[in-house]
Amino acid sequence: MRAPRASRAARYAPAVYPTIMLGLFFVVPFAIMLAVSFAHRVPGGFYEPGFELANYARFVSSFFLGTLGFSLFVAGLTAVICILVGFPVTYFITRMPRRRQVVWMVFLLSVLSLSEVIIGFTWSILLSRTAGLSNLLVWLDLMDKPVSWAPGFAALMCGMCYLGFPYTVLVLFPALSRLDPELPEAARTLGASPLRTFFTVIMPIYRNAIVATVIMIFVFSLGVYLLPQVLGRPQHWTLSVLITDQAIFQSNLPFAAAMAVFLMMVSLALVGVTLLLGRAERRAA
Amino acid sequence: MSGLRLEGVEKRFGAIVAVGDAHLHFPEGQFFCLLGPSGCGKTTLLRIVAGLIEPDAGRVLLDDGDITDVPAHRRNFGMVFQSLALFPHLTVGENIAYGLRIRKVERAARRKRCEELLELVRLPGVADRHVSQLSGGQRQRVAMARALALEPRLFLLDEPLSALDAKLREDMQVELRQLQQRIGVTTILVTHDQREAMTMSDRVVVMNEGRVAQVGPPLEIYRSPANTFVADFIGTSNLLPAVVAAAGRVTVAGEALAVAALPDGLGPGAEATISVRPESVHVLPDSAAGENRLPGRVTFVRDVGVSVETYLDCAGHEVISIASPKDRPDVRQGDRVLVELPAADIVVLSA
Amino acid sequence: MSALLRRLFMTVMALFLAAPLAVVAGVSFNARKQLLFPPEGFSFRWYEELFTSAAWLVPVRNSLTIALVSALVALSVAVPIAYFLWRWRLFYARALFTLGIAPFILPPVITALGFLVFWATVGLYGRMEAVMVSHGIFFVTLPLVTVSLGLESIEPEVVEAARTMGADGRQVFRTVVVPLVRPYMISGYAFAFVLSLNEYIVAYMVAGFTVETLPIKIFNSLRYGYTPVMASVAVVFVLLAALVFGGIARFGNLPKLLGAWTPER
Repeated sequence: MRAPRASRAARYAPAVYPTIMLGLFFVVPFAIMLAVSFAHRVPGGFYEPGFELANYARFVSSFFLGTLGFSLFVAGLTAVICILVGFPVTYFITRMPRRRQVVWMVFLLSVLSLSEVIIGFTWSILLSRTAGLSNLLVWLDLMDKPVSWAPGFAALMCGMCYLGFPYTVLVLFPALSRLDPELPEAARTLGASPLRTFFTVIMPIYRNAIVATVIMIFVFSLGVYLLPQVLGRPQHWTLSVLITDQAIFQSNLPFAAAMAVFLMMVSLALVGVTLLLGRAERRAA
Repeated sequence: MSGLRLEGVEKRFGAIVAVGDAHLHFPEGQFFCLLGPSGCGKTTLLRIVAGLIEPDAGRVLLDDGDITDVPAHRRNFGMVFQSLALFPHLTVGENIAYGLRIRKVERAARRKRCEELLELVRLPGVADRHVSQLSGGQRQRVAMARALALEPRLFLLDEPLSALDAKLREDMQVELRQLQQRIGVTTILVTHDQREAMTMSDRVVVMNEGRVAQVGPPLEIYRSPANTFVADFIGTSNLLPAVVAAAGRVTVAGEALAVAALPDGLGPGAEATISVRPESVHVLPDSAAGENRLPGRVTFVRDVGVSVETYLDCAGHEVISIASPKDRPDVRQGDRVLVELPAADIVVLSA
Repeated sequence: MSALLRRLFMTVMALFLAAPLAVVAGVSFNARKQLLFPPEGFSFRWYEELFTSAAWLVPVRNSLTIALVSALVALSVAVPIAYFLWRWRLFYARALFTLGIAPFILPPVITALGFLVFWATVGLYGRMEAVMVSHGIFFVTLPLVTVSLGLESIEPEVVEAARTMGADGRQVFRTVVVPLVRPYMISGYAFAFVLSLNEYIVAYMVAGFTVETLPIKIFNSLRYGYTPVMASVAVVFVLLAALVFGGIARFGNLPKLLGAWTPER
């Protein structure tokens, strides 16, 4: 039921404050950053206004493009792993009795409170040679010698997936909890084994939610800045690391801004393509 | 084929006994209703039969073979769920053919079977529509078609008509019954609506608080309820406390009444309850003294068009009498009358 | 059979998620600085240091202050947007909502960079207030999502009932909407608070050299030879989060707050 027609002004009243806040503190900074990416770098200082594509040109070199490619790869892999593991986990959680569900939720929310630094730090210990999982396995006689798995690509992936996992579950949780429990039951009475039910009934229904979550984790992972430094070797450093490096330590703001803009364009493009593909698929169906 | 048999089936949820020690036999080809109020265990029982719930004790036998441990997806029982549970991401045809696909039936055969079933449920030509485009009644039929697609051994329905409006519901009751008679599949339907059970079933299983209260054909349950719960739940009934006076006589509200039969185990002096259907209660003028007549006072008269209900007070107990418009008693609120409870229509039950 | 597999799968996942928590607890209680396996020596000294040394207490106070204020800022921006969208489904409302989600969707380093440039241009670079506002905007998404969820869960008939009893728009908001949405506002605030406590990059870029927050201190200490005190910090934070969310779960309906909805029979 629509409310009685309020005056135009009164209707827009609640939107004034957020518009100012977001406009001033989000849109403006972003616009400035865009402008800075075209600016001229002053060595040792910040920058001076100008318009040149030198920063973008510098970016289009094999080193930086290679890093971009690696960043996209890592983010994509993280998103895929998170959803492959996270979807069944969330599904099982929604099927649990209330008490156990709450325990899992509080547990996940507590894991969320671990900062990226701590996650990197603890995983580097877990995968170390002196106090890690390999020591445990040696102690249990499952391995001969302790081995160091960090820093390295596997370690980085461990940390990235660990970071993205709670978000995956929290985002999928509302959608999956709305599943009519009689749907999988109906499939079972029609002869589908539990595994088949999962793949032919449950996952197809949630195709959109899955895609949205993958995109979210992908973009989120692109922005991870600390884990590659703590758990990975220099060759594993992602674009976000380089951006920060350029901005802070090299004092090259224009270049950093250019890379940031580029990164954003690429991720928006990928997101857009995925959404369009999804829409086209639905229209063709 | 000896049909379905439940032996000593029990299911507990924590401290609550959902189903207690159920022994039931469902012979082949008949239409059964599990009837009872909410929480009586009927849905739990149905799900145990379907294999969706494992019983804590007891056995489920099909044609004398033990299927208690057989998982749901191998039992080949078609089930219609209360929420219908139609797959939202598939078309009507794909929904119906879901089970066939699992059995690797090829596309042409699937299509044919699908059309057959849609004809059977009187919904031809909608195979390519999406579920969301159908009305409630149409979805109902699709759910039934889907459950029957695999020619199941048992046809199970969990309150399938509860979401329909009254008129459609009545029509569907008749249709379902006719469908079952045409196909001949053993059918078990769960409902809390006793009119539904009376309309459709060959036999009714009345349940209360996890236990089976009575099993029998609808009319038998109506005419000869086995206990006060069944008497009260099925139709309306006048229940009055009584004391057994002698063989064939009980005392109600100080008056002696003749009865046709007494249940075993009730001797003189035993406390009992008598049950009389309102349509058997006659309201007579104060002057017409005779056998089995209690003095009473009219408290309310309700004329609903198709029948006239007279509410009476007999020594503090409420008695309702229902008569057709032709036989309406000529009384007004407050009149003193005699209430006749004919001996042949009194059922004596243990208290 | 499959029930067993499910149990096994969930147990493995629980272990995976709990492993870093175990390690962090182990480091925080370790008597020596270097953690070895099997662990040796139990001690509270790192906690002592955390709660007594100024080097740690100052960042703790900074982080708590920033978190408290910025979560409030985030909530204050989120609630009008959510309400605006719920009440009047205008295009502008949708646009504002998307804008509200945006800071979180972008890679944080980009947002941080944007803020860095902005505050530098405006001349407020390096101030704590700048961090508070930046975090406030950065974390708008969370209360926005939770409050929207809360508004969505209000049955329209409840509002209609209030109207028929004579409540005007403002009264409906005050007496019906706010009480029903309050738990969602609290959980949104809690989310933003917890995330602000642990946020590194924005705080670092905006005021990293002048205002030392806890994550900055931890990362610095990691760089220059770590101290187990940071593990104590992590343990305290985890316990705090568990307490806050456990409390919400105890006195409220946590699954519902997180969006769960069981279909009515």
